[in-house]
Amino acid sequence: MHMPISDTVNLSLLAANERQARHNRQRFDAWGLFCINVMSSPGAGKTILLEQTIRTLKDKQAMAVLEGDMTTRLDAQRLAGLGVPVVPITTGRSCHLDAAMVSTGLQLLQQQCDPASLDLLWVENVGNLVCPAEFAVGEHCKLVLLSVTEGDDKPLKYPVMFREADCVLITKVDLLPHVPADLGFIGNHVRQINPHCAVFPVSALTGAGLGDWLAWLAQQLLAKGPSPPESPTAHQWSEATSTDNHLTAPHSPPVPPACATDDLP
Amino acid sequence: MHEVDMTRYLLQTLEDWREQHPVQPHVGTVHLLVGEFTCVEPSQLRLSFVAAVEDTWLAGTRLSIVPVPLVGECLVCGSSYRPDPACGYASPCCGHPLEIIISGRELKIQRIDYIRPCSPVPSNPCS
Repeated sequence: MHMPISDTVNLSLLAANERQARHNRQRFDAWGLFCINVMSSPGAGKTILLEQTIRTLKDKQAMAVLEGDMTTRLDAQRLAGLGVPVVPITTGRSCHLDAAMVSTGLQLLQQQCDPASLDLLWVENVGNLVCPAEFAVGEHCKLVLLSVTEGDDKPLKYPVMFREADCVLITKVDLLPHVPADLGFIGNHVRQINPHCAVFPVSALTGAGLGDWLAWLAQQLLAKGPSPPESPTAHQWSEATSTDNHLTAPHSPPVPPACATDDLP
Repeated sequence: MHEVDMTRYLLQTLEDWREQHPVQPHVGTVHLLVGEFTCVEPSQLRLSFVAAVEDTWLAGTRLSIVPVPLVGECLVCGSSYRPDPACGYASPCCGHPLEIIISGRELKIQRIDYIRPCSPVPSNPCS
């Protein structure tokens, strides 16, 4: 005799990934590092943003990168040139990083350095505005980039990604004179979906706006909890650049005074 | 095609569920709730599932997917509304941004229909 049963389970379809992501987060917290998942479409400028950010902060913050790409290690090689530990994660057919891939990356990272000595871990996701939005990797913060060349309407077309973001950087603003993009439209479209998201226009090429982004990042690190002994204060972070046309979120922390662009290459 | 990876995680979650059973259950239907405000295309997920369970303990299992509409709640006027992506996500009555999502983010295994073979009856030592 067989018994037909209907079992109401109410389990997340991604329960296995979420479990691994929680485990990753526990490791980050135990090591005292802050993990940022960087996502965007291909070519929005994730790698050059990381180059500039790492170059600006590396004397004050110990950082490492898990570098996700479907093929090649080109971006990993670029970032390794900055003298920080970089672990390339080649995903093959997968168009995103998941928590298990990041866990494997952490094992490889431990062969290069002691993660407990790090302040910041960057996870550069595979270029894609769809899939990475659904796969948590254990990050403390989700950073989404959108370049001005992609069109004002992208937040409305890829709403899940922009809903998930803690911060959106509108990149390549140095191209604004040449493309029909409106920073106000982009900001409004993001806020329509995610009203508490911080939004900053930046150009990693010229350094415009990076000061606002770095100040926001400093606030996140300070809010995370007990700071590592060598962590800078928010004021000390304000050594980078600023821009006049920033779009800070209504709840954004006060931006420390900006300095000159001379510090940036 | 992240539905392939979604399927991999779905199977892993079902495997975890199976391990809770002393006798392997025969699964008839897995019922999913898939929100409109997710990155999942139900037809792709179904296709991927059928291919993935072939020659496994889940071969022949039916996947039932119930779509869940995106419903937001306006913090200003208190009304619930269904955003129309063509017109944006703000509240249609007052233009307030989409602050609270009541439904539409679901990616859930709601129910599993299965047949549990009866455990073998232990022999009576007194008989």
